[in-house]
Amino acid sequence: MSRSTSASSMVRRALSGVVFAALLVLAGCSGDEFTDAERATIASLSLDQLPPLPADPSNRVADDRLAAAFGATLFFEPRLSGHGDVSCSTCHQIDRQFQDDRPLGRGVGLTDRRTMPLAGVAWSPWQFWDGRKDSLWAQALGPLEDAREHGGNRTAYAHFITTSLKDRYERIFGPLPDLSGIPQNAGPLGNAEERAVWESISEAKRAEIDTVFANIGKSIAAFERSIRHEETRFDRFAKAIAAGETPQGDAALDESERLGLRLFIGRANCVTCHAGPRFSDEHFHNTGVPQPPELPEDSGRAAGIPKALADPFNCLSRHSDAKPEQCGELRFVAKDDHAMLRAFKTPSLRGAVSRPPYMHSGQIATIEDVIDHYAAAPRPPKGESELKPLTLSEPEKQALVAFLKMLDPRTSPVN
Amino acid sequence: MGLKGKIGIALGAVVIAVAAAVGYMMFVMAPPSDLDLARSKKTAKGLYAVEIAPENPAFERNMLHGWIATVKTADGVAVEDAQITVDGGMPQHGHGLPTAPQVTAALGDGRYRIEGVRFNMSGWWEFKLHVSAAAGEDDVTFNLSL
Repeated sequence: MSRSTSASSMVRRALSGVVFAALLVLAGCSGDEFTDAERATIASLSLDQLPPLPADPSNRVADDRLAAAFGATLFFEPRLSGHGDVSCSTCHQIDRQFQDDRPLGRGVGLTDRRTMPLAGVAWSPWQFWDGRKDSLWAQALGPLEDAREHGGNRTAYAHFITTSLKDRYERIFGPLPDLSGIPQNAGPLGNAEERAVWESISEAKRAEIDTVFANIGKSIAAFERSIRHEETRFDRFAKAIAAGETPQGDAALDESERLGLRLFIGRANCVTCHAGPRFSDEHFHNTGVPQPPELPEDSGRAAGIPKALADPFNCLSRHSDAKPEQCGELRFVAKDDHAMLRAFKTPSLRGAVSRPPYMHSGQIATIEDVIDHYAAAPRPPKGESELKPLTLSEPEKQALVAFLKMLDPRTSPVN
Repeated sequence: MGLKGKIGIALGAVVIAVAAAVGYMMFVMAPPSDLDLARSKKTAKGLYAVEIAPENPAFERNMLHGWIATVKTADGVAVEDAQITVDGGMPQHGHGLPTAPQVTAALGDGRYRIEGVRFNMSGWWEFKLHVSAAAGEDDVTFNLSL
């Protein structure tokens, strides 16, 4: 062997050793063992660490079984729409994680936003991508009167309950108001004619109709509170780690999943926002997601805050069952936080790999493209992005996807 | 210098570069190791001594909760007439508090209830109080590591 060959092979061997050692160090650890800090973070993400379902004092039937059953009926009821062909389940499909796989939700017409899945939503203090509603029941009322979603109106809904579901409603909420002589189609958010008719109805009667409408929302919310996250492979892994045991069977991680987990809770900083058992901090962040040119400019949470404060069905409204001091989220909302411009709600990552496309208007087609977006940290269309550029190798990107797949109940069969 | 020596220097440089990069990332990620986590402090100009305590010591990340701030003069007399405003955020992420906490009650003995606090992320948080009372205006910053 010549001197130069031997020297170059020595360099190659030595360099590959250094690169391997460097990769291990960069991965955050030099072996299979997790540090105490990593173990604590892993345990904090486990589904069994989810706190008990938070009470909703603004909805006195939030945990009423009759109301939940009534809400389930309403959730799947297409007659709760302008033309009798759209229900909540049109977009929130029960066999698709209560979402619709479309970039933009489609009811009567096309909306501006991606349909959100519903598992665990009752743990979230703010609803919609921009948090413009402060409870599940207030949220449920929005699409019912939106011309592009259910396309119905307030008096039509009250009439429908009175003619078709009177007994079930009254068992929960007491007597329905007398709607004789009340026009079929009227509401404060309808077309010009419906709005004019609404104004012609006495204030007292309008208030009674509003109460029926609010109770529709409260019933749907009671049902939605029962939609929970399912245990995944990751949860079985995390439970073992938290207990100081070696994960067995499908709870054990392969090399790529382990690297993905380390990146997720380490260098890639995903866990900063995708935190806790829901993999969401339930807050709003500008991550430089592009503005689709065909859609109206979207300010995100910055526009959602004033809407929530002005919502006639919020926690401080007369339809709320809460005392004002129980409305902490509204009372202490940060009203003029400049970071909320184009900030959108952190979605839970549970089940996320099997529900593309991604982001608030379905801008990003695949999970791989999402990871590329976070690594590239593009300039935001407006406001300031919280992302910092990140260098990820192809195996590292694949590792993050492998880890995210562990959060999908569909790819996590119980052995 | 022989070839082996040059290789050794080159490898040493690679190792140092990697170590520096890792060290930098850890510095960026983790709260400073010498962070002062005291919950009882003098204000910046020394006008007041302020102590903070969560109303529920077992408060959890992401839950709206309250704190009690106890304000005394530098010589230990409870301050009953203080106006207190709350600010803060995550210095390593460049953002403020996710909510706008407020003092909602003066409880007597220099104790004030602060409601509407939420920490939505783990890591280093600053919790800043601006105190205004007879002795003057002063500020104090507490560090919390969650």
